Amino acid sequence: MAEAVEGPQPKDCPGTSSAQAGRAAACQGCPNQKLCAAGPAAPDPAEAAELRERLRGVKHTVLVLSGKGGVGKSTFSALLAHGLAADEAKQVALLDVDICGPSIPKMMGLEGEQVHQSGSGWSPVYVEENLGVMSVGFLLSSPDDAVIWRGPKKNGLIKQFLRDVDWGEIDYLIIDTPPGTSDEHLSIVQYLSAVHIDGAVIITTPQEVSLQDVRKEINFCHKVKLPIIGVVENMSGFVCPKCKKESQIFPPTTGGAEKMCQNLNVSLLGKVPLDPQIGRSCDKGLSFLSEAPESPATLSYRSIIQRIQEYCDQHHFQGEKTI
Amino acid sequence: ERSNLAGVRHILLVLSGKGGVGKSTISTELALSLRHSGKKVGILDVDLCGPSIPHMFRVQDNAVHQCDSGWVPVFVDQEKSISLMSIGFLLEKQDDAVVWRGPKKNALIKQFVADVAWGDLDFLIVDTPPGTSDEHISTVEALRPHKPLGAILVTTPQAVSVGDVRRELTFCKKTGLRVLGIVENMSGFVCPHCSECTNIFSKGGGEELAKHAGVPFLGCVPLDPQLSQSLEEGRDFIQEFPKSSAFPALAHIAQQILDSTLQPGS
Repeated sequence: MAEAVEGPQPKDCPGTSSAQAGRAAACQGCPNQKLCAAGPAAPDPAEAAELRERLRGVKHTVLVLSGKGGVGKSTFSALLAHGLAADEAKQVALLDVDICGPSIPKMMGLEGEQVHQSGSGWSPVYVEENLGVMSVGFLLSSPDDAVIWRGPKKNGLIKQFLRDVDWGEIDYLIIDTPPGTSDEHLSIVQYLSAVHIDGAVIITTPQEVSLQDVRKEINFCHKVKLPIIGVVENMSGFVCPKCKKESQIFPPTTGGAEKMCQNLNVSLLGKVPLDPQIGRSCDKGLSFLSEAPESPATLSYRSIIQRIQEYCDQHHFQGEKTI
Repeated sequence: ERSNLAGVRHILLVLSGKGGVGKSTISTELALSLRHSGKKVGILDVDLCGPSIPHMFRVQDNAVHQCDSGWVPVFVDQEKSISLMSIGFLLEKQDDAVVWRGPKKNALIKQFVADVAWGDLDFLIVDTPPGTSDEHISTVEALRPHKPLGAILVTTPQAVSVGDVRRELTFCKKTGLRVLGIVENMSGFVCPHCSECTNIFSKGGGEELAKHAGVPFLGCVPLDPQLSQSLEEGRDFIQEFPKSSAFPALAHIAQQILDSTLQPGS
């Protein structure tokens, strides 16, 4: 169904999720041509050059994906950013492309901040000297403002985030995404085809209802040739603070992320248990890793962050990727 | 020609803004509660990227058939008291990703709203994906001529979730959709071993938001692993676990929905 079109598929159909969708010679006369062409095109060579130039100083790019909502993508992205920025010698950037539900400003303690323009573009909002953040949340004047946009307009903003933000020299660019496999995800992958993405970290919770969506996300990654760094199983068990017994609030009825990773041959980066302090820290805009350094959840996060760093170091991309 | 929604008495949207707060769960449990009150219920799942509804009724392997008036919804039981429509039934393989941009999603949603032969229903519950984008705009536009009863907004207690749901309230205001109320889901966890209650995802945010926004507060639903388990296995939680801590809350929400059908719309 992912690449199915209504009606006869044209010979040499480039695929509905391809950058050439609706635009290839084979698309002429296909009933779906208009629908396919409505999405973001691969950046034209001039645009691609512009993006490459702008993102030239970015050494590593990591996408945080899920497919399923509410599994902890933003929480993980924020903590990954904090974790990597703990090394003051590293420059870290966190880009939030969840246009409808931008959680990152709140989680980073940056609610109410606005974006400033300078001669060299939009300035990211800095949490620390070496940790900058960009989100549509900074462009909204009230917490009640809703961004009720259809796909094409969202795509436009995502392109601006990549093109107009003056990121400077960054060791790690972390991109937090909304749930799903739609405009935002296609845009990011297509616009970043001008530069290099190290890979995607996919977040899930243990239950089948979550894994169902995550398997689709893994398929999406394969389709768009996005390497998968690994999967994180979040909300994996809860230890009662009183009696210390463990409960599986989101039961892994089909074997959890572990079984799924085995079946699909992707790495399981780690499992993070539920800790009420995580939600509280996020709400307060503080780093859970600093607030609760001894929590089993912190230890899990740190181990996962280390594995991601190791992956990036091993797969360090030499030179520019040619399209 | 009679519209496929002509036999549907009340249309109800379940929205959030935030992902993973329990929209599909609440949609499912609400349908089961209403069925237990003798109502005929349909669920239209317009989450095209992450369709959870078929699995929650254990009918994910069912296929959809056509009839003269359009698509026949999938019935979950012999009595045909609950019927479903979801993109989940149209996928060749469950793991197939639906990687569609907005315009194609909009086209399918229009079809889902107009071309499913629901027949006579007391309630049609529309389960939505998180956000305020294509699916939501298209669904509300397509449903507008059919005058929906309104929307239930689901949140978890924490500020991060409430922050997104505030925006969803704005969406409802801008699109003229009546807000029937807010549900605060995952509100507290009672340890099955020692009965200690821990507020894993904080507490009270949903209730505060309802007060702040001047909309009804429909209640708190606690975290209950038995509920999660039932949903995983496609079982009827309402029937199997009437003693669960989540049951009274869910029953109360259903009752308030039934009551709202007796009041004039705002």
